[in-house]
Amino acid sequence: MRTLLENLKERFPLGPITEQRPDLVFVTVERSGLRPLLAHLRDREGFTHLVLLTAVDWIEENLFQLTYLVHDRRRGRDIGLRVLVPRDAAEMETIHDLWPTAATYQRELREMFGIGFPGSPRVDEEFILEGWVDLPPYRRDFDTKAFAEEAFAHRPGRETHDPATHMRERLTAQGRAK
Amino acid sequence: MTRHETISNPETVLPATPIALAPERPAIDLSSGKYLKLWQGPQHPGITGNMSVELTVCGDEVVEGKTHVGYLHRGFEKLMERRSFIQCFPIVCRVCVPEPDFNEYCYAGAIEELAGIEAPIRAQWIRTLILEMGRINSYLMYLGGQAGALGLGVVGQWTTYVRDLMLDRFEELTGARIYHMFILPGGVRDGLPEGFDGRMEETLREIERTMADVDEVMFHNAVFKKRTKGVGVIPPELIDAYGVTGPNARAAGLPNDVRRDQPYLVYPQLSFEPVTATASDMFARSDVRRRDLLMSVDLIRQILADMPREGALMAKLPNVLHWKIPRGETYVRGECSRGEYGYYAVTDGSGFPRRINVRGPSYTHAMALLEHLIPGTNIADVAALMVSLHTYPPEIER
Repeated sequence: MRTLLENLKERFPLGPITEQRPDLVFVTVERSGLRPLLAHLRDREGFTHLVLLTAVDWIEENLFQLTYLVHDRRRGRDIGLRVLVPRDAAEMETIHDLWPTAATYQRELREMFGIGFPGSPRVDEEFILEGWVDLPPYRRDFDTKAFAEEAFAHRPGRETHDPATHMRERLTAQGRAK
Repeated sequence: MTRHETISNPETVLPATPIALAPERPAIDLSSGKYLKLWQGPQHPGITGNMSVELTVCGDEVVEGKTHVGYLHRGFEKLMERRSFIQCFPIVCRVCVPEPDFNEYCYAGAIEELAGIEAPIRAQWIRTLILEMGRINSYLMYLGGQAGALGLGVVGQWTTYVRDLMLDRFEELTGARIYHMFILPGGVRDGLPEGFDGRMEETLREIERTMADVDEVMFHNAVFKKRTKGVGVIPPELIDAYGVTGPNARAAGLPNDVRRDQPYLVYPQLSFEPVTATASDMFARSDVRRRDLLMSVDLIRQILADMPREGALMAKLPNVLHWKIPRGETYVRGECSRGEYGYYAVTDGSGFPRRINVRGPSYTHAMALLEHLIPGTNIADVAALMVSLHTYPPEIER
C-alpha cells in the first residue's frame, strides 16, 4: 500500500492521508482531481470494485464529505477517497460512466443529502421518499423528532413516558406518594 | 490474530476494464397500445420482500423493469446518529431480517476498531459460529423461495422445517430466534450452553438429510433445470460494473470470498475453499448456494471441534453511558450469504456516531443489476430471476 501511495503522490495532488489499517487507507482529494484518480485506480492499479459511495455531513465546517470506497479484489485492499464539497453549493461530478452502479448511490445522495450529480441517470427520480418537500432528511440540520411531531398525530391510548421521570415516579417513595 | 489480515489472491483476476452501461433502447410509447405496465409487488407472491418492480411488457416479453423501494424505510442510519454507541447495538440487527448477525458483527467490528478494542479470542470463535449459523438460515430461506418461484412449493416447506431447527439452536444460544442481539461491541453476550454441541450436530445431520432430498427434488428436476439453465446470465464484465459480490459473482467463476481474501475473525484457522461455478445463470447461482450451505455445515463442525471452551467473552469496555470515541473513520466488511456486507463508520470525538453507512449486497444487486438483467426476459421468469439474485430489500433502504 505504501508503494502505491508513493506512486499516486507523484502523479496526483493528494491531501491528508489516513492509514487506518494495512489494507485500508483514506485519502483526501480535490474535487477536480477525483475522476482522473478514480479512473487511474480502476484501470491501472486494480481497484475495479466500487464498494460504496456515501456522504458525511460536517455541518460545523459547512462541508459535505463524499467518500468513494474502491477495492482491489486481487490484493484485498481498499482506498477511500474523501472529497469535500461546500454544503451550500453541494454538487459533484457523476461517475456513472466509470461504474454504472454509481447512479443508484448518486440518486440516493441527491434525495437524502441534497447533493447534485448533474448528468447522472434518473438522479432526480424519487428513490425512497415519496412526495418529500422538507429538507433532505439525512442532513444534520433536519430534526427527525420535530418532523415526526409535526407530521403525525399522537394516537390516543398510547402514552410515552420519559424513562427517567417514569422510573422516579414508580420506584421512589415520594413518587408513589404523589 | 488481527482482523482483516490481507493475503494476495492471484486467482481473482477480472477481465479487462468493464464499462457496461445499460444498452440504448428505443423510447417506449405507451400510447401505441403495444405495451402494458405491470407492477410486480409490493403485494405479490413473486417478489422478494418489501419492494416492487415496475415492468413494461410487450406481449409476454419484458422490455423494461424499474425497481422501487422505500416500503420498509426506517431511517436506521439517521437514528444511529442520535444514539450512543451502545444504544445503536440493538438497532443494527433490524436492518436485515433473515440474516441479522452481519449487522451486529460489522457494527461491533467498526466500533471496536475506532475505539481501539479487540474482542477476546473465544468471542471471535463464537461470532464466527453465529455468522455461519445465520448463513445456513439465509440459504435455507433462499432455496425455498427459489424453488417456490418455479412452482416447487414442497422445497420451501422442507427448508422452513430445518430452518426452524436452526432457530431453536439460536434460541438456546442467544435467547432469541430472529433478532439475536448477541454480538456486541467488545465481544459476545454468552458462551455455549451445556449440551449445545450434540444438539447442533443433530440439527446439522437433519439439514444434510433435507439437503439430499432438496438435491433430488430441485436440482435434478427437469422443470427446474429447464427454467433456470441459461436464464438470467450475469456476464463476467458486469461483475465490477454493477458491484456484484458473493454467490452471484462466484457463480460467474470469480473465486471471490471475503472469508478467504480478507480473512476476519477465526476464518484463517478454518479449512475451506470458495465455491464457484461458471455458467452464471440461475441454476449456477442456486447450485453455488446449495454447496456453500453444505460448506457452512462443515465449517460449524470445524468451529465446534476447535473452539476454546474457556476464556473471556467480553473485552473491558469504558462506561458505555459516557463512551466517547475519537474522530476517525473505517470500513469493516464480511462475507454474508448474499455477498459483501460492510459498515462504514465515522466518529467525531463525541458520544454518538457521526455517520454509519450500511453497505448491503442487495443495494447493487436489486437496483442497477436487476434493472439491467430484466429487459428481454419473459414475465414468468421475472420472479425467479429476482430471487436468484438473493436480495433483501431492507438493506437497500436501511
